[in-house]
Amino acid sequence: MSSARDMGLCACTRCGRVWPRTQSRCARCGRRLQSRHPMALQNVWAWWVLGLMFYLPANLYPMLITRTLSSEAENTIVGGALELARHGSYGIALVILLASVGIPVAKFVTIAALAFGVRHGSRMAPARRQQLHEVVEYIGRWSMIDVFVVAILSSLVQLGAVVAVRPGPASFYFALSVICTMFSAMAFDSRLIWDAEDEMPRTAPSLKDPVT
Amino acid sequence: MPDSPAAPVPRDPLADLIACPRCDAVQREVEPAPGQRAVCLRCDHVLIAPRKSAGKQIIAVCLAVLILAVTATSLPFLRISRAGLAHASSILDAALAFSSSPLFAALSLLLAALIVFIPALRAVLSIYVLLPLVRDRAPFPGAIQAFRLSEALRPWSMAEVFAIGCAVALIKVTDLARVEFGAAFWIFALLVILVPVQDGLTCRHSVWKSLDREVRR
Repeated sequence: MSSARDMGLCACTRCGRVWPRTQSRCARCGRRLQSRHPMALQNVWAWWVLGLMFYLPANLYPMLITRTLSSEAENTIVGGALELARHGSYGIALVILLASVGIPVAKFVTIAALAFGVRHGSRMAPARRQQLHEVVEYIGRWSMIDVFVVAILSSLVQLGAVVAVRPGPASFYFALSVICTMFSAMAFDSRLIWDAEDEMPRTAPSLKDPVT
Repeated sequence: MPDSPAAPVPRDPLADLIACPRCDAVQREVEPAPGQRAVCLRCDHVLIAPRKSAGKQIIAVCLAVLILAVTATSLPFLRISRAGLAHASSILDAALAFSSSPLFAALSLLLAALIVFIPALRAVLSIYVLLPLVRDRAPFPGAIQAFRLSEALRPWSMAEVFAIGCAVALIKVTDLARVEFGAAFWIFALLVILVPVQDGLTCRHSVWKSLDREVRR
């Protein structure tokens, strides 16, 4: 299976049309053609670092500030989930922990592993790594759940002096972190996985393999 | 030249090829039968998935999404009450909950876009692109840009994520006060089902191809 780059061609990543290398813009959908983005991995890392920088304050600052008649409580992401678990709603606590801690951390690790794999080679099969990338791209948006929960709660729970909920600064940082990691996953060009495979064959080609 | 056949129009041989956007493998383009899918030979990414009369179905779904989005934003969404005090909130209220401080104002606009405006805009763009195609007319001016924008916005349409957020928020609130569902809640539930239907029916490759053909004509 030969890639467009090996054939001296350039493929449009939006509509799949194949063009000669000399063409600079896809005549079908108008996308700028680039066989490989020279800065692709740098873009991935830049968004990745930015996302991580926002993720730290997102976990340290309070996410939700609940004021009742007698007291005012500030909850961080993990603190809020633990509170829910203490009240007996283990399922919801699990959803929150998964969406706000599990998915983001898994996403940081996976994107970093994919980017490292392209640069330094990987033991995982390219098809498997590409699946990982697709999962990361798909699942990234679900981390926004907690921000939406805060938005709903703080607009709905406004009962004057009895109880009122305000968003904490963490919600802002958390939304930014999710957006940055989404950009990071989008910047990753999965074609690089297959290029690295073509350049660095892990096993010596056997006689049975057809030479292409 | 007496009765020689008309010279064939020179055709770009590359037009018969398709490259997988995921792994860059070039393969010959074979249009699958409606309801079937063509996958990349190397990485199994779905390249072409045409459906019978998908255009009309997508337009119908998009119209429904649009109507539901407009009504869902204007009607009350949820209402809570406790100790004689009550407060109702619409979806826009939820999105604009952050507008109290200037730092959060940008986030508010962003949330409003993610929940309602981007799904609605994508529905409008899809109708704009597909309406002339299903009637076998030339596409409207700017149809290519419109479809491009609609595709770029696909990951940013988060109505279904908001729906799960609602479920979580409701469970948190039931401790504090009594919750009533407004009309917009049920409308929004329908919207959440229809948006993925719209995406599932759309075959990007088929749309690009038909836009290409129409522009050249």
